[in-house]
Amino acid sequence: MNEDKKIATRQSYGEALAKIGKENKNIVVLDADLSGSTKTSIFAKEFPDRFINVGIAEQNLMGISAGLAAYGKIPFASTFAVFAAGRAYDQIRSSICYPNLNVKICATHAGITAGEDGATHQMLEDISLMRTMPNMQVFSPSDDIQTKWLIEEISKIQGPVYVRLARMATPVIYDENQKFEIGKMVQLGEGTDASIFATGIMVSEALKAQEKLAQEGIYVRVIDVHTIKPIDREMIIKCAKETDKLITVEDHSIIGGLGSSICEVLLEEYPKKVTRIGMKDRFGKSGKADQLLKYFKMDSGAIIEAVKDN
Amino acid sequence: MKITKVEALANIATDIRIGAIEQIYEAQSGHPGGSLSCADILAVLYFNQMNIDPKKPDAPARDRFILSKGHCAPALYATLARKGYFDKELLKGFRKIESNLQGHPDMRKVPGIDMTTGSLGQGLSVAVGMAIGSKMDSAGCRVYCLVGDGEIEEGQIWEAAMSASKNKLDNLCVIVDHNGLQIDGNIEEVAGLVDIKEKFESFGFNVLKINGNNIEEIIHSFEVAKTVKGVPTAIIANTVKGKGVSFMENKAGWHGKAPNKEEYEQAINDLKLQYII
Repeated sequence: MNEDKKIATRQSYGEALAKIGKENKNIVVLDADLSGSTKTSIFAKEFPDRFINVGIAEQNLMGISAGLAAYGKIPFASTFAVFAAGRAYDQIRSSICYPNLNVKICATHAGITAGEDGATHQMLEDISLMRTMPNMQVFSPSDDIQTKWLIEEISKIQGPVYVRLARMATPVIYDENQKFEIGKMVQLGEGTDASIFATGIMVSEALKAQEKLAQEGIYVRVIDVHTIKPIDREMIIKCAKETDKLITVEDHSIIGGLGSSICEVLLEEYPKKVTRIGMKDRFGKSGKADQLLKYFKMDSGAIIEAVKDN
Repeated sequence: MKITKVEALANIATDIRIGAIEQIYEAQSGHPGGSLSCADILAVLYFNQMNIDPKKPDAPARDRFILSKGHCAPALYATLARKGYFDKELLKGFRKIESNLQGHPDMRKVPGIDMTTGSLGQGLSVAVGMAIGSKMDSAGCRVYCLVGDGEIEEGQIWEAAMSASKNKLDNLCVIVDHNGLQIDGNIEEVAGLVDIKEKFESFGFNVLKINGNNIEEIIHSFEVAKTVKGVPTAIIANTVKGKGVSFMENKAGWHGKAPNKEEYEQAINDLKLQYII
């Protein structure tokens, strides 16, 4: 992990869009008046004829995307996660997931790390909302390299997709040659004291904790869960068997998100105690992203505490 | 005696009405009022206006139709069967567990359905997406979207109207089935839409107001819409809810209720009298 080189996954998304837009003329990008923040502006600048700004109208954003997909285009629809998954939930359900249309919803500013805007803009329930819908695949990439791989990959698969992206710049974890596969978690380290299942920007927090713990002789592995749905059952069971403790870490509510997904699999396959780190059934507040992670006990310090806790 | 083109279309509308009532009676479930009010519009679209081929329901350059008021599926199913998209016998399965004919239209289960609908207010945005797609490819498709007058109480309709106008979608035509009634009663009393024509005009539409149960006026309005450049068209079609069935006409109570045996027989009798021979 390169802590000196920090890139927000929304930036990686914008750059990836411009790249795949060059290769595939069927790709159309839509935004709801947030193109500067979601970084779809990068695509818009290069391909103005394939960029649609619908204004502040997220329900319409999803509906138009559904229409473009039904027509035969590959629409990427972007806005903040709170408006995509929250405000337009029924449009995603009825007009995209039920008819299984090829719409790629890429939502930025997910989680508490949206920061200063406060609770109205901090989406902590989107993984939960999106993964319950049939046909929907849910992704939450951890760094620049993985995000760029993912965006290209989802443009090649059929069906609805939700990608959760962050506002906050986070360290680049992988080198350019790293191979990923949809539905396969990435194991980082071989430690057996604990498995830390982390998703999105929390992977870098988990890696920070891993490094500090190693200095104290505690060896943990970090599992990067870039695909929330379909969930990698094999890796969950393998880690439950091989490691002492199981911890989940997400910039999301502990209800319905990564923690719940892991627990569901374990309860069916290999019951074992799990500690869930994330938002504990409450709304966020204004502040800087790193301050908020600390305040709500979701940072590397909280992970270290959970590993050491008996 | 040979009947005219308009009379033939009126007879198709009667076929659609009878088909819709048969489905709803057989299922003992469904929405007769709005299915009957929009039958003439469907007859003109599918048998006079749209560039479609029931043998090629997925042809990329076809015209599209979205029944945004998805609860009027019986009218659409009757239209598609009459046009030859599928066997008329299948209509008997409407709303039944072994059938593909869902309570609301499902594009993945029935040939000829261009969009899945059911949750009101969503179809016009989808129509905008299709119309933009066609424009991007210079494919020349026209996109028709039928909405209910109660349905346009949904805010998303006006988000979509804004986009239609901004994107200069002259290949898009929205038809408002203005029968004046919704489940809880008169649309003015329930929600207060006031002037639908003025609303669409202020959103930048070319607006036509017609008798939506008059075949000639419907044909004329679609012909006019085709000649208008640079703006989308909205056709405010004044219709009668329950049209053609004496005891259902203008009764909000027949929005979503199936007839019993006596009512069914009378409804079919009423409708059969309307055939022009």
